[in-house]
Amino acid sequence: MEKGKGVMGSGQRWAVDFSDNSTAPSSRDILDPLGFTRASVDQDDSTVSRQKKDAESNWKAQKAWEVAQAPFKNLLMMGFMMWMAGNTVHLFSIGITFSALWQPISALQGVGKVFEPYKDSKVELLGPKLLFIALNLGGLALGVWKLNTLGLLPTHASDWVSSLPPAQEVEYSGGGIPI
Amino acid sequence: MAIRSFFVPFLLFGLYFYSSLSPVLSLYEDQVGLMDWHQQYIGKVKQAVFSTQKTGRRRVIVSTEENVIASLDLRHGEIFWRHLLGSDDVIDGIDIGLGKYVITLSSGGSILRSWNLPDGQMVWESYLQGPKHSKSFLLVPTNLKIEKDSVIVVFSNGRLHAVSCIDGEVLWKKDFEAESFEVQQVIKPPGSDLIYVVGFAASSQFEMYQINGRNGELLKHESTTFSSGFLGEVSLVSSETVVALDSTGSILLTISFQNGEISFQQTPISNLYEHFSGPAIIIPSSVPGIFAIKTNAITIFIRVIGEGMLEVAEKTNHETAISDSLPLSEGQQAFALIQHAGSEIHLAVKLAHDWDGNLLKESIKMNQQRGLVHKVFINNYIRTDKSHGFRVLIVMEDHSLLLLQQGTIVWSREDGLASIIDVTTSELPVERDGVSVAKVEHNLFEWLKGHMLKLKGTLMLASPEDVALIQSMRLKSSEKSKMTRDHNGFRKLLIVLTRAGKLFALHTGDGHIVWSHLLRSLHKSEPCQSPIGLNLYQWQVPHHHAMDENPSVLVVSRCGPSSDAPGVLSFIDTYTGNELSSLSLAHAVAQVIPLPYTDSTEQRLHLLIDSDKHAHLYPKTSEALSIFKREFSNIYWYSVEGHNGIIKGHALKYECTGKVADEFCFDTRELWSVVFPSESEKIIATVTRKLNEVVHTQAKVIADQDVMYKYISKNLLFVVTVAPKGCGEIGSVTPEESWLVAYLIDTVTGRILHRVTHHGAQGPVHAVFSENWVVYHYFNLRAHRYELSVIELYDQSRADNKDVWKLVLGKHNLTSPISLFSRPEVITKSQSYFFTHSVKAIAVTSTAKGITSKQLLIGTIGDQVLALDKRFLDPRRSVNPTQAEKEEGIIPLTDSLPIIPQSYVTHALRVEGLRGIITVPAKLESTTLVFAHGVDLFFTQLAPSRTYDSLTEDFNYALLLITIVALVAAIFVTWRLSERKELQEKWR
Repeated sequence: MEKGKGVMGSGQRWAVDFSDNSTAPSSRDILDPLGFTRASVDQDDSTVSRQKKDAESNWKAQKAWEVAQAPFKNLLMMGFMMWMAGNTVHLFSIGITFSALWQPISALQGVGKVFEPYKDSKVELLGPKLLFIALNLGGLALGVWKLNTLGLLPTHASDWVSSLPPAQEVEYSGGGIPI
Repeated sequence: MAIRSFFVPFLLFGLYFYSSLSPVLSLYEDQVGLMDWHQQYIGKVKQAVFSTQKTGRRRVIVSTEENVIASLDLRHGEIFWRHLLGSDDVIDGIDIGLGKYVITLSSGGSILRSWNLPDGQMVWESYLQGPKHSKSFLLVPTNLKIEKDSVIVVFSNGRLHAVSCIDGEVLWKKDFEAESFEVQQVIKPPGSDLIYVVGFAASSQFEMYQINGRNGELLKHESTTFSSGFLGEVSLVSSETVVALDSTGSILLTISFQNGEISFQQTPISNLYEHFSGPAIIIPSSVPGIFAIKTNAITIFIRVIGEGMLEVAEKTNHETAISDSLPLSEGQQAFALIQHAGSEIHLAVKLAHDWDGNLLKESIKMNQQRGLVHKVFINNYIRTDKSHGFRVLIVMEDHSLLLLQQGTIVWSREDGLASIIDVTTSELPVERDGVSVAKVEHNLFEWLKGHMLKLKGTLMLASPEDVALIQSMRLKSSEKSKMTRDHNGFRKLLIVLTRAGKLFALHTGDGHIVWSHLLRSLHKSEPCQSPIGLNLYQWQVPHHHAMDENPSVLVVSRCGPSSDAPGVLSFIDTYTGNELSSLSLAHAVAQVIPLPYTDSTEQRLHLLIDSDKHAHLYPKTSEALSIFKREFSNIYWYSVEGHNGIIKGHALKYECTGKVADEFCFDTRELWSVVFPSESEKIIATVTRKLNEVVHTQAKVIADQDVMYKYISKNLLFVVTVAPKGCGEIGSVTPEESWLVAYLIDTVTGRILHRVTHHGAQGPVHAVFSENWVVYHYFNLRAHRYELSVIELYDQSRADNKDVWKLVLGKHNLTSPISLFSRPEVITKSQSYFFTHSVKAIAVTSTAKGITSKQLLIGTIGDQVLALDKRFLDPRRSVNPTQAEKEEGIIPLTDSLPIIPQSYVTHALRVEGLRGIITVPAKLESTTLVFAHGVDLFFTQLAPSRTYDSLTEDFNYALLLITIVALVAAIFVTWRLSERKELQEKWR
């Protein structure tokens, strides 16, 4: 149950614990009621707790996959927003594009943290992580693509020659109508 | 849908953002006069008539050489009203009729007009025709009446007219058709109805016609032959006596025609003045009994004492000017005489019959920069003690107009500025400790008051009086007229050369004259009889390492009107106006070519081409020579010979041959020539790019991130030729026999890069050349409308430079120097549009780095300056631009160019007689300074793409301040609140 507690203690303010606490060794300073012997119950419950642990890891794995898939929804949302924003450069489309770029980057920075709650020796997290990273990279690509469609990426010749000074001429000629 | 409606405000915001980007140049009412100034002038006064009889406002009516008729306030010299007649409508005479009409005779005596004296409205206009061209005279006699109608007597085009003063109807006319008759005077003796017309016929015959002024009947015609002929003008010495000179200029002839009998009296000048040599000339005047002749540098006043006897009244070698006579009471006539003596002028008012006595004698200190007195006009007033007082209007050599009264200059007008020949600019000195000229506010209280007012204004608490005060403070801000350089480069000196040979420095802030200098080298002198100022060039523009030097300008002038007269160069310090030096050249100046090289003191090298096609290098220093020799083989020059339709290109050869060895003189050889067939083409306009124009980039990015490379060359000449028949006025030819051909010629190689023919088009052509485009204005005879055409040049040989990686790594040769002898592959794009106005001048805005988009400045026929975006003259405009092109800013094509009333840069003002528009870049990239000159001067600042690099004048500082304060307060309050809340939380 330390793991469960860990969930509760790691930054979460509160949690409702639906598991039966009656078999847990008393972590509080409250004495057990008279006539109640804890030891016998504990011995009987060892198989039950194993089963419970299995269920929990299953649940964790499931959750991890869910978390890994979450950016997909985001991706769809972002795509819709981008379509709405149009292809002209103005305040709104720039805002959308930069948020589309920033979200995947910040998510990628925090990959470890996102999957930390589901860390378990029995839970295989590599799959969900890879999916998560792939989806976020997809989001990033979408952002970059949008940036390009807005014409903010220097991918054209025009972006490199627009400030080229005119070439100097070797010859010089002056004159005109006599004054 | 919810999301859509959520986006709508954003879209609206975006639209607003876009619409605010499209430049609208209009001003708010209270911004007039902040950036701009306008000065009104009239030009050099030819004739002045006073109107002071009535008790109303005292005024003087003047006509000027700029073809202006104006009514000036005698008290301050301000203009009551003013009319500018066309340049082909030269004023011959003015007078006042019936005390309430100004009568003007113009166009060689063929148009007579009457204007209402108080407000200048035209009352009537008459066309007077005649059998032949002649001198014209305008007389408004006070006592000649035909059936109660006051009469104006006009002699013009060989015909004498009597015109009604009320409605301009011709009452009678009399022709003088004798073939060789040349009228010299039309005389109306007071107190009779007779009119005398005297003149010469066949150069040796004196003719006199006596005419009845009531009906034009010829009463008498007498003629006498005088064998040795006549010279020049005649001077009227009484109503029935004139004085003339014989053809040798050494014998004075007194001709009297009393009672219709002509009698001659000859007096050799040597009898009057023993040292007489050489021909004399008569100074035209009309003082009874006295006339003046000038011989060599001596002026002789001669009195006529009855029966043609002459007597010298005074001889003087001072410069003198004499006025016409002014009738005083009791049949007396007074006149004014002005003599120069050193830095003073002596004014004497004398009675006509009494030379030795003076009614008035004053000496007035006169600014040497005004030169000599050219004309004098006298007027009298009755003092409170019933004696006569006199005021004198004088016209100076620099064309300024001064009113003298009671020994002082009451007012002066700098009317030389009405005839500007050339303009250049100069920077002001850099602000240093002790150099600052700006005045500090009077005292602390004033200063505080000013700032309180400003604060009130920004917080919108000011009352209407306060607003007016703030406005006047804004307009008079001493910041504008400081004599030091400013950060934005708005404050500069405009150096202008006027036709009078005077150089003025005007401050761009408020237009005041910083200094003025009558060029000594443009003074008449022995070797240089009639010097003419030609052009101004920037000689030395110190920056970087030559900061301590003052900038200077070069004034090129010529001794006389012919093109092979020797030239004169003068160098003027632009901070002080002092003439640093002047050079009288041995050679003529046909062309001045400023070279793109400067020496170590930032003096620009100039090449002067003389009439024998020798090139002379200035400054004549060994350093300049070594710089020049280094670039020798790359310097070419071309000449446009308009009269025979040839454009020739030349290269330089070493050293002049013959005469004296001069290492600064170079022979030239002809390289190429473009000959236009004289039977079908005649050159009417040539335009080049401005030498100091800055171009930011050679690439033009078009829709879809594509690139076009501009063909940018400084050595391009735009030439327009028309059919010789079509040189006349618009409409004088049919569209079939008139055409207009535009050429773009490379002036180094003589290669014609582009040629386009406009059939059925006619001049005059006005054009402007900038970067890679040229815009020109002409008349389309088929459409009966003016057209503006644009030609843009693109370099096809660079078009392949589209590999991004090469460009990123810099592996391209787009910026390496190019030679014009390599064959350019130029493609052109052009388009034409109708344009409503006829045009007096076209210019283009220029900015410091050439990044800001350009505007054309069009001087319209209404003497206003219209700013037209270059985007309207884009050959890539099409009727239905694609989405990408629209995004690029391409305007859908229309047949005519729009004239948006708000884009007149002169707003409500007019620059009368507009002749030129000059644009100068400010240091701030967005802004350009515009100076328009004609009879009036106008200056303003323009920002063709709005002031994107600085806050505008109307920026809401109050809102910014309030927002900042509110934000700080909010931060503080929320911080306190959160702290309190945290504390409460902890106690829970």
